[in-house]
Amino acid sequence: MSIEVRDLVVRRGRRTVLDGFSCVIPQGGVTGLLGPSGSGKTTLMRAIVGVQVVASGTVTVLGHPAGSSPLRSRIGYLTQAPSVYADLTVAENARYFASLHRLGGRAADEAIEAVGLGAARRQLVSQLSGGQRSRASLACALVSCPEVLVLDEPTVGQDPVLRDELWDHFRRLAADGATVLVSSHVMDEANRCDRLLLIREGAVIADGAPAAVKRSAGTEDLDQAFLTLIRRREVAA
Amino acid sequence: MILASTICRILTQLRHDPRTIAMIIVVPTVLITLIYFMYEGQPHVFDRVALTMLGVFPFIVMFLITSIAMLRERTTGTLERLFTTPVGRLDLLFGYGIAFGLAAAAQAAVAAGFSYGVLGMRTAGSIGLVILIAVANAVLGVALGLLCSAFARTEFQAVQFMPLVVAPQLLLCGLFVPRVDMAGWLRAISDVLPMSYSVEALTEVGVHPEPTGIMWRDLAVVVGAIVVALILGAATLRRRTA
Repeated sequence: MSIEVRDLVVRRGRRTVLDGFSCVIPQGGVTGLLGPSGSGKTTLMRAIVGVQVVASGTVTVLGHPAGSSPLRSRIGYLTQAPSVYADLTVAENARYFASLHRLGGRAADEAIEAVGLGAARRQLVSQLSGGQRSRASLACALVSCPEVLVLDEPTVGQDPVLRDELWDHFRRLAADGATVLVSSHVMDEANRCDRLLLIREGAVIADGAPAAVKRSAGTEDLDQAFLTLIRRREVAA
Repeated sequence: MILASTICRILTQLRHDPRTIAMIIVVPTVLITLIYFMYEGQPHVFDRVALTMLGVFPFIVMFLITSIAMLRERTTGTLERLFTTPVGRLDLLFGYGIAFGLAAAAQAAVAAGFSYGVLGMRTAGSIGLVILIAVANAVLGVALGLLCSAFARTEFQAVQFMPLVVAPQLLLCGLFVPRVDMAGWLRAISDVLPMSYSVEALTEVGVHPEPTGIMWRDLAVVVGAIVVALILGAATLRRRTA
């Protein structure tokens, strides 16, 4: 198992975002974390990378407690809002994050190419478009070729061709053995995942391959499947 | 290695911001020139006030720059991301301390060089000691800036800390009223404010040709205050946040 979350409880302010959340994410492959805004996707991801204060429960990544120091060189995290230095160029940002993993300029250049920012590498991040900025941020997460890649909405605001290329890249990383966890609220991206984790209001609604999720809901449309599964739960409750 | 690249990253950010560099280098010199004309014909008063200001300006400037820079790390998510990488808290604290300390050294050297060379400021002790104390004061500003950034949510709030941190120290450091003439309770407050010691150290350099015991003791107090502020600052850098 790559990631194991057990009975996780997270409170942010007065709100309980995750209340006894459990899931298991196997090694390798792309897992899509889907759910509406406010469903707890970002909180779960923050818990997995070890920056979220948790009230109770355990999160284990590659056999270590989330956030422990042996994991810090093996994990890559993309925050939802681009977290790069606006007053540095794309290349300077990537090089700095590479250097934190004791890697050189080559790793940085490869990551920049992978997100299609080769032509903008000498531009200051503050001068980039929103989409480019989030790709610069993505490059900094990819730079260390991590074993576990946690990406919070990496494709928001990207043009369709680029989005396609990014997904191909995630698939390649997964094929090479990395565990990729991607959050999205766009259902058509779900079909590109090996596994789906549908969450709503901090609880798992469905967990399985896209085809299996659709089959269990009896529809070919994922949006519709999501709705059916939620309704079914509500009736059961 | 991580520390070195962090220092390098912070200095590169600064390098991309020529306006800030200009402010760091030019503003103290301009203000000291203003003081020169304020006290034209009273060279002894100018010597005393300018000497004090050589210690005060780097403190103010570095406090402001650091608290905003660190606040940005906190609010833009870069700090959160750094904490998922092998970066340690000390890499960040010393990274900022050393990078802005270097900027402060450049600032102090230019301001002191200009005061001595062009404005004819005179001190019994050496310019090297003046710069040393000014840099220590600047690093104190960096350390307090790192600490205060934890208590501000926005840049708007962060700048409000400046009068809170700087004004009492400036008023009670002995520049306006000699510390020995202060009421007991004011003196007591003055005694716990680090800038009182850096100003006293500078005054010692002003009147004694050789470094004195009091000067070294005062410098040690300032360094001690830096260490305390950095330790408190480290405590505010949390890997996990709510």
